[in-house]
Amino acid sequence: MALEIGNRQLEIGNTMRHTLSIIVADEPGELSRIVGLFSARGFNIETVSVGESLDPRWSRVTIVTRGDDRTIHQIVKQCERLARVREVQDVTTRPHIEREMALITVSASAGADRQEVLSLVSVFRAKVVDISHTQLIVEASGNKEKVDTFIELLRPIGVTDITRTGYIAINRLAVSAGEKEVSGNDATEERFERTFS
Amino acid sequence: MVAQPKTFNPPLRSAAADLPTGAEILVEALVYEGVDAIFGYPGGAVLHIYDELWRARDRITHYLVRHEQGAVHMAEGYARATGRVGAVLVTSGPGATNAVTGIANAYMDSTPLVVITGQVPKHLIGTDAFQEVDTVGITRPCVKHNYLVREARDLAAIVREAFHLARSGRPGPVVIDIPKDVSAARSNYSRLDHVGFPFSTATAPLAADSVQQAIHLILSAKRPVLYIGGGITNSGAFDSLLSFAEALRLPVTPTLMGLGGFPSSHPLCLGMLGMHGTYAANMAIAESDLLVALGVRFDDRVTGKLATFAPQARIIHVDIDPANIGKNVAPSLALAGDVKQALEQFVSLVQQQNDDELQQSVQQREPWWDQIRNWQRQQPLRFSGSQEQIKPQTVIRELHRLTGGEAIVTTDVGQHQMWVAQFYPFTKTRQLITSGGLGTMGFGLPAAVGAQLAFPEQLVIAVVGDGGFQMTNQELATAVQYGLPVKILIMNNGYLGMVRQWQEMFYDRTYSEVDISVAPDFVKLAEAYGAAGFRAERPSELRNVLKAALDHKGVAVVDIVVTKEENVFPIVPAGANARDMIVQ
Repeated sequence: MALEIGNRQLEIGNTMRHTLSIIVADEPGELSRIVGLFSARGFNIETVSVGESLDPRWSRVTIVTRGDDRTIHQIVKQCERLARVREVQDVTTRPHIEREMALITVSASAGADRQEVLSLVSVFRAKVVDISHTQLIVEASGNKEKVDTFIELLRPIGVTDITRTGYIAINRLAVSAGEKEVSGNDATEERFERTFS
Repeated sequence: MVAQPKTFNPPLRSAAADLPTGAEILVEALVYEGVDAIFGYPGGAVLHIYDELWRARDRITHYLVRHEQGAVHMAEGYARATGRVGAVLVTSGPGATNAVTGIANAYMDSTPLVVITGQVPKHLIGTDAFQEVDTVGITRPCVKHNYLVREARDLAAIVREAFHLARSGRPGPVVIDIPKDVSAARSNYSRLDHVGFPFSTATAPLAADSVQQAIHLILSAKRPVLYIGGGITNSGAFDSLLSFAEALRLPVTPTLMGLGGFPSSHPLCLGMLGMHGTYAANMAIAESDLLVALGVRFDDRVTGKLATFAPQARIIHVDIDPANIGKNVAPSLALAGDVKQALEQFVSLVQQQNDDELQQSVQQREPWWDQIRNWQRQQPLRFSGSQEQIKPQTVIRELHRLTGGEAIVTTDVGQHQMWVAQFYPFTKTRQLITSGGLGTMGFGLPAAVGAQLAFPEQLVIAVVGDGGFQMTNQELATAVQYGLPVKILIMNNGYLGMVRQWQEMFYDRTYSEVDISVAPDFVKLAEAYGAAGFRAERPSELRNVLKAALDHKGVAVVDIVVTKEENVFPIVPAGANARDMIVQ
C-alpha cells in the first residue's frame, strides 16, 4: 500500500532497516531522551551506539531501526523536536559506510577446531585478541552481513559468548567532480522538506 | 594585637558573600521573564527559593495552593487565558510527582508553562534520600524539555531558554529541577538576552509554492471544510481565519480545543466535530472533497476510525509542529509552519483573485451549502426537556443566556464538558479553557482560579461534574484566600456520567463502580471553605439560583441536581466512523 504525503509516495507497511545518525548535545540525560522517545512512541531499536562527534560538545547517536517510510519519517520528525538534537539524518537513503564490531568467545582447543577458527579469522580479516587452552576471543568488524556470517560460521565450532557494539555509520565521500557533497539532511529528506515547508 | 585565625581570608569571603545565591538569581531571572504571579507549594528542597520569594513579594506574587496539581492547573488556566507563560514552584519528591498530571495535561494541550521543582542536594542525588525522586526522568516524556541544574551560574541561561522553549513553536511545559545546594550557592549573575540553542525552536517559513497550491485547491474545491484546532488560538489567527472563511464562504468546524477559534454563532460554523460533534459537522467531513486542517493533530476523538475519516477528501494540513504532519493522516499538501502566517497569505492570495473567479468559486459551493443546511435541519443538537428534572443541557443554555455569552468558562472532563462544548456558543479565543488531550478530571476549578487571576473583572465559571469537583475541590480555599471570585457549577448527577453512559451503551447497562451519590453536601462544603453555596433541584428554580450565584461577589458554588441518566448525543463510538454516529 502506498500513501502520498506532500506529493511524495510513502510506502506503508513495507518495513525496511534504516540507520539514523543523530547529532545531540553532549549533556547528561540526552541519550535517554532519545531512547525514551523511541519506546514511548513504540518505535523499535535494533542497535544503538553513541560517541563523540567531530566537535566534542556534540555526540553522534547511531540508531538502527526498522519501519515503513511513514514510520521513519515520524521518527525523524519526533527526534528533531528534542531541544538538544541538532540534526537527524537517515543515512540509509544515501551512499554510506556502516560498521559494527563484535567480540566473540569460541571454544576451541588446540587441534582442528582451533585451526578452523584461525582460518576463518584470516578469511574475515578478524583478529584473535585472547587465547587460553580451551578458548579464543576473536574480534571482528564489518557491515551487518559480514559480522553475521562470521558468527554463523563460528557457531558449529562452539560460540560461548558474543558482545556487539551496534552499528556506526558515516556518509561516503564524493569522488567525481559532478557529484555534489550534501551536508546536513540527505537528498530525499531535502525534497521532503521542500514539499513540507 | 589579636592573632587572626589562619584560615581567615577576608577579601575572598567578602567577595563571595556579595554574589547572589542561586535562589536570588532564579527570582531575578523570573522577574526578567515578566513573571508576576507564581503558583506553588513550599517544602524542604525549595526553602531557599521561598525565602527569596518572600523578599521579592512586591515583584512576584506567590499563590499558595492546597495541592500541587492545583498549582499547575492554575498556571495552565492563567496561561490559556492570557497566552503568557504560566509559572509554578513545587518541592522535590511528592511535590514534583503531584505536579506531573498538570504537566502532562499542559503538554497534551500545548500550554506554555515553566515548572520549577526543588531537588535534594546534589551530593544526595541517587541515594534514595528523603523526598528524592528522579523528576527529570519522570517528566521527560511529557515536557518540551527539562533541566537538572548543576551549578548556580547556569541558572540565568536555563531560565531564559526554558521560557523561550515554553512559548515558541508549539508551546508546552518545561521543567527546571533545582537541587537545594544549587539554590544556596553563590554565583555571578548577569541578564542574558540570547538563547543558547536557537535551532531547536526555529519555525521554518512557509513555502510560497505550497501556499499557492493550497489556495488553488481550496478555490476549486466543491465540498471543502475548514477543520480548526487549538493552533488558531496559540498563533492568534482568529481574525485571519474569519476573513478567509468569509471571503470564500467556507464551512468551519472546530475541535474541542478549537472552540472559540471561530465564532460558534457564525452562520459558517457547523459546530464541533468528532465523537460528540454535530451531525452536520461529521457528515460534512464524511462527504468533503477537501479538508483544510488548521492547527490540529487529527486526534482519535476527532477522527474515529482513521481509515474511514474524510474518505473522499484531499487534505491540506497546516501545523507548526512538523511531527504532527503525517503522524496519523497523510495529507496531500503539507504546510509546516505558523497557521496565522498561512491564513494571512491565503487571504492576500484570495484578494489578488479577480472578482469573477471568486464569485465562481463561491457559487460552485452552493449545492454543498444546501446539503449542509439539510443536515443541520435533519439533526440539530437536541435533547428532551423536562418539567420535573433539571436537564444538564438546559443549565448550559441558561448559563449562556445569563452571561450574554461573555464568560470565561473552564471545565473538567466528561459529559458536562461535552454539553458545554455543544450548548455554549463560544465567540472568542481563550474563552473556553478545558482539558482536551489528557482528559484530566479536576482541571476546571483550579484552571478557573488561574484565569480569574489574569482577568479579575471577568466572570469566570468552572463547569464541573460531581466527580471531577471532588478531585480538586480543596482549591476552593485558594480561591477564597486570594479573593478570586470564581463561580463553580457542579452538574450533580451522582454518577461518573460519561463512564456510566458508555456502560449503558456498550456494556449492557452494567454500572460498574460509577455511583458516587454518597457525596458531601456541596452547599455546606462551600460554606465550610468560606464560599457561598447554592443549590438548584427543580427546573423552576434554576434561573434564579444561577442568577443569584453569578451575582454573588465572592466565590460561589452551585450544586445543580440534574437528570441522573442523561446521555451525550450525538456519539460516534470509539474507533467507528462518522456514519456510525448515534444521534439519540
